[in-house]
Amino acid sequence: MAKKKYRVVHYLNQFYAGIGGEEKANIPPMIKEGAVGPGRPLQQALGEEVEIVATVVCGDSYFAENIEAAAESVVEPVSPYKPDVFVAGPAFNAGRYGIACGAACSAISKKLGIPVVTAMYKENPALELYRKEVYIIPTAGSVRGMAETIPKMATFVRKLGLRQKIGLPEEEGYFPRGIRVNQFVGRTGAERAVDMLLSKLRGEPFQTEYPMPTFERIPPSPVVKELHSATIALVTTGGIVPLGNPDRIEAASASKFAEYNIAGVYDLTPDAYQTCHGGYDPVYANNDPDRILPLDAMRALEKDGTIGKLYDRYYVTVGNATSVDNAQRFGKVIAEKLKAADVEGVILTST
Amino acid sequence: MRLELGIIKIEDVQFGEETTVRDGTLSVNKKELIALVRQDERLSEVDVELARPGEEVRIVPVKDVIEPRVKVSGSGELFPGIIGKMGTVGSGRTNVLRGSGLVTVGRIIGYQEGLIDMSGPGAEYSPFSQTNNVALILHPVDGLAPHAHEEAVRLAGLRAAVHLGKACKDVAPDELEVYELSPVTDTTLPRVAYVQTLLSEGLLHDTYLYGVDAKKILPSLIHPNEVMDGAIVSGNCVSACDKHTTYHHLNNPVIKELYRRHGKDLIFIGVVISNLNVTLADKERSSDYASKLVKFIGAEGAIITEEGFGNPDTDMMMLCKKVEEYGIKTVLITDEYAGRDGGSQSLADAVPQADAVISVGNANEVIALPPMKRIIGDLKPAEVIAGGFVGCLTTDGGLSIEIQAIMGSTCQLGFGKLAARGY
Repeated sequence: MAKKKYRVVHYLNQFYAGIGGEEKANIPPMIKEGAVGPGRPLQQALGEEVEIVATVVCGDSYFAENIEAAAESVVEPVSPYKPDVFVAGPAFNAGRYGIACGAACSAISKKLGIPVVTAMYKENPALELYRKEVYIIPTAGSVRGMAETIPKMATFVRKLGLRQKIGLPEEEGYFPRGIRVNQFVGRTGAERAVDMLLSKLRGEPFQTEYPMPTFERIPPSPVVKELHSATIALVTTGGIVPLGNPDRIEAASASKFAEYNIAGVYDLTPDAYQTCHGGYDPVYANNDPDRILPLDAMRALEKDGTIGKLYDRYYVTVGNATSVDNAQRFGKVIAEKLKAADVEGVILTST
Repeated sequence: MRLELGIIKIEDVQFGEETTVRDGTLSVNKKELIALVRQDERLSEVDVELARPGEEVRIVPVKDVIEPRVKVSGSGELFPGIIGKMGTVGSGRTNVLRGSGLVTVGRIIGYQEGLIDMSGPGAEYSPFSQTNNVALILHPVDGLAPHAHEEAVRLAGLRAAVHLGKACKDVAPDELEVYELSPVTDTTLPRVAYVQTLLSEGLLHDTYLYGVDAKKILPSLIHPNEVMDGAIVSGNCVSACDKHTTYHHLNNPVIKELYRRHGKDLIFIGVVISNLNVTLADKERSSDYASKLVKFIGAEGAIITEEGFGNPDTDMMMLCKKVEEYGIKTVLITDEYAGRDGGSQSLADAVPQADAVISVGNANEVIALPPMKRIIGDLKPAEVIAGGFVGCLTTDGGLSIEIQAIMGSTCQLGFGKLAARGY
């Protein structure tokens, strides 16, 4: 019985496919049978088990001008080839080509559910855009690195084709995607900690298990000058919701926020509101939800003219083990909504 | 200060006529245990169930786990200042029912109790799947406030654990563990301190040191033996994965590891206890004070452990920065909240000095747990437990839940072998 051959489709730009330079950068996606350009040495390195069945080629400008649509239009011609793996590039330090490789890989992975890999230089702007969803192999900054890159890509493509487990970035040679994965290791955390401390004390090399993230610092907005005519909104991560938690916001690791109308409400009372936050003793918050979402105090400021108006809606989520990604997503949407409603200031309460 | 732990290995637990330990079996007189716990009038209903490693049993919602022990000789009583008379613990002989656990079960506020699976994929994540457990299921009288409820459950657990421990007072130990910070002749070895932070945010996030609410302490110096002999008691209801149960305090793995390497690779010079607070002034004061103590005792290196997450990340980072600024090298132990897909930033705070971090796992990772034949407690709170979510209970009685809900899964004392790695 003939051994199963693993099928690969390769992505190239117009230049590497030998179609032309900048003057051909506007061509839409087209398919060529078999391996083309750098695909040929790649095929050689892949060996007999794995076959590049087709190459999809697209102009860099065509892609860059409408990334999402172009990525979609790559999927359709690739699909009939039923590839096991999709590979793109290498793009080296070419920005538009890098983005095309990243976006094509991302679209193929999402639509066809197959593993994908590309390769580029560490300073290619596409790296930060796609590293989380696409395996990206480091290359030199220019085409001079082709010869050393091809075997690395081939090894990776074979692994993906054979559905072998992909190990740590440092073992397999790809840019870390920033995905944290749990695994049981041979030693307890305490044993690892003492080992690491001894290495640090002796000046020996050691590798931290969690490199510190760089934080996005948000500059405060300018002060609201005309407070007496401004609309001010309340937003809380303290989990104050209508009784019964109608949108069922989670007690921890919130996956959503909710928006509630408070027009005509002057006091948050225990018969109508509660907290759904799982990170603190709810007794005091449930006795008087204004303690977390200070609606009564805001109404007083509204009445005496300190502020123009309290916005008719408030936004709430639970800030308890909620991932920063989710929090950023909620914040963005809430901010857009508030801006669209001409809210000038927000009081954000946490717990 | 010399502490001998007389280890009595427990391989089975059974109900019996009297509470005894014989040939590795802990027998429990159920009536007697219930009567003891019922002395607290705040508890209306008490039941006892047993769970052994490998059984198809799920215990939920769990508040604390305590290792049954008895003080045979030496000063002080177990859990001094809480249920024991005041007196310095950490010397003499304490007998330990190793391989057993007293588990307190029952909903307090529902959110922050956890679960223990005695078999299946969840078992690997909790050390308490490996202990022969005596589960106390505790119901409060109507209208009992959560903080009073917490106290009643805490005291019940400690009393019951000591009651069981008394059964082994005269039993000959299977082995003896001796803990003594003997003088080290090789003075070129690095001097290492351990900074243990205790959750002390109030509102059911409390820990007790010799009976003192930890949010009221200034950081203190303590002998490691005291920690291992009941000076620290858990009173908190923070997420199950990274709350330190009283069991964890009694068996602090950092202390054990530093002892193991004392005189060989390092000189273990002592433990600094600090707290984890809610206001900025408290955070500054405690990290100032604790880092000063670390410097004062002449440390060259320090291991810093966190409890809880989010807010305490800031306390830990402040401590790290200040200790490092004294020229003392640090290693931190923390868990991560990187989201269910592992793609989010993991901590709420960071400093560049934190260049040596042990990660004990991403608490948000979701695990599928199959149904179990027997539930001790009540499965319903699973949807609201930290780590649970609407729809996490499957129709067959299984559940899909973040490992955050599993007792001790990402213990930041480094008790387990779980780690998160960057892919």
